[in-house]
Amino acid sequence: MAALFKARRALDMAVGRGVRCLSQLAELPELHQIMRQTCKDYAQKELAPIAAQLDKDHKFPAKQVKELGAMGVMAVEVPESLGGAGMDYLAYCLAVEELSRGCASTGVIVSVNNSLYLGPILKFGTEEQKKQWITPFTTGEKVGCFALSEPGNGSDAGAASTLARQEGDEWVLNGTKAWITNCWDASATVVFATTDKSLKHKGISAFLVPMPHPGLSLGKKEDKLGIRASSTANIILEDCRIPLGNMLGERGMGFKIAMQTLDSGRLGIAAQALGIAQAALDCAADYAHKRTAFGAPIGKLQAIQFKLADMALATESARLLTWRAAMLKDAKKPFTKEAAMAKLAASEAATFVSHQAIQVLGGMGYVTDMPAERHYRDARITEIYEGTSEIQRLVIANNVLKEYQQ
Amino acid sequence: MSGRVLVGVKRVIDYAVKIRVKPDHTGVVTDGVKHSMNPFCEIAVEEAVKLKEKKLIKEVVAVSCGPQQVQETIRTALAMGADRGIHVEVSGKDYETLGPLQVSKILAALAKKEQADLIILGKQAIDDDCNQTGQMTAALLDWPQGTFASEVTLDADKLKVVREIDGGLETIKIKMPAVVTADLRLNTPRYATLPNIMKAKKKKIANVKPADLGVDVSSRLEVLKVDEPPQRQAGVKVETVDDLVGKLKEAGRI
Repeated sequence: MAALFKARRALDMAVGRGVRCLSQLAELPELHQIMRQTCKDYAQKELAPIAAQLDKDHKFPAKQVKELGAMGVMAVEVPESLGGAGMDYLAYCLAVEELSRGCASTGVIVSVNNSLYLGPILKFGTEEQKKQWITPFTTGEKVGCFALSEPGNGSDAGAASTLARQEGDEWVLNGTKAWITNCWDASATVVFATTDKSLKHKGISAFLVPMPHPGLSLGKKEDKLGIRASSTANIILEDCRIPLGNMLGERGMGFKIAMQTLDSGRLGIAAQALGIAQAALDCAADYAHKRTAFGAPIGKLQAIQFKLADMALATESARLLTWRAAMLKDAKKPFTKEAAMAKLAASEAATFVSHQAIQVLGGMGYVTDMPAERHYRDARITEIYEGTSEIQRLVIANNVLKEYQQ
Repeated sequence: MSGRVLVGVKRVIDYAVKIRVKPDHTGVVTDGVKHSMNPFCEIAVEEAVKLKEKKLIKEVVAVSCGPQQVQETIRTALAMGADRGIHVEVSGKDYETLGPLQVSKILAALAKKEQADLIILGKQAIDDDCNQTGQMTAALLDWPQGTFASEVTLDADKLKVVREIDGGLETIKIKMPAVVTADLRLNTPRYATLPNIMKAKKKKIANVKPADLGVDVSSRLEVLKVDEPPQRQAGVKVETVDDLVGKLKEAGRI
């Protein structure tokens, strides 16, 4: 009895210290529940009603981004001293999922700002850089973006052909970056460029560039299949000059910064994919209750039931993987393998669930009157950006093989 | 003037949930059903927090009566900006029979204990639709009341309250201490910000029993039966006014 009591007390103290434990997969802590409910209420009341129109108009939800900034959602992990919400990564994943359930484009705008822009600066920036490049980007007034991919290399991030040469007290950047989310609405970017070609991927460095800036121009907005309210375009650097103090981290650290940033970023995308999957499931399950065929609601038919079961299973499994990876990160434990698993599972769940949701809706799933077609279009990108499913499999395999190292 | 405002918040079944009557007809199903703060209570909390932000009052105290679960409702009020909470513990059979009379006795006792200048409540709860607690609380305290408020203006120790009544809008001036009940158009409740949700963790919720306040929560009411409302029958279309009069006479209505 005494031993049990002691163990329980130790657990309580551990939980009190904020150490994540698996029992919290069963039920989220109270604050996380309140936070999740707040984001869900916001998404259902403010995002879901306008999501279809934002998608049609390819319109950046500036008003909503500002409101989310005021709520602290644009900078969840940033400490309060810098203007953020000071919450943990699990809270961030919950927020992105609920927001994406309302509008997937808004979800990715929030995710890119948090994980890909604020993330690396928080981790690798100097105190000066943090004040300059983080605080103005916590309020929703300004958003940032992340420029790693190029027309010539996506998955092959080590082959960055954008160059940075030092000229006096400036860095001069030249090259083109591709597929940059948020760029038409961003006020700053984290750019990766090669400072030492001979060192291959160890010769890449990270830089902070304000937008707009002389020497930096934007390509045409891509006309995408989905997440159309978020802008995606090329960033073209032509003798773009920035002060030496704009280097993020040490020279040659760029690849490491990129990889570590993407490790966390992929949880944000996993959360976005979960939101899309859940929204598609919501749509299909609701329809199954209402639509009648053969004399009864179609939810009574086994064919539909099996679909809904598989859809719910895929979503819930991916969700638990995502939460676990987030909790490992919060506990400062290694989480690379789990994050890759979460992103892979969630993105494949999103495409599977949204595909089946259209099937459940039949003809109605194919028209814009119902959101199912938008979820289908939004889901597809989650298997591609921030690490393709193929790359995720490589990451997982590498980690597994390492565990069994001979 | 203590500058202290008491806000009552009730934990009710969420407005979006489809209500189901229990098979034994003694009540509605609450187990495993989503609950949240009564929407009119949210408006009450928002009004109190707004008054504090305008520096017209000093402290907002959120109060809820019920079992352990109501702490979540109080926590939500804290996340919206209330300073501290009071959880009046009522559970089991007492909670099932808890109604406006007992709650108003509790609120009156707390108002005296906390030396509150103002009590803001939702005009009614969306589960029982009683619309009585505010009025009863004011009567027990012998305080003025401004119910169905769609606008509240505080000036020193006086309140100007615009009330939504059947005939339109009525403006009254009442002296503090007073009770105000919030109607729909009083304000739009804010979304709790993440930093405030974090801060809510550190704010205190005191536990109190009705007996400590000298209140007897036994009910004088007995619920005999709970039923679903009758299924709505299809209507009948008629061609002329004469047909309508004929049909009404047939049904014995006129």
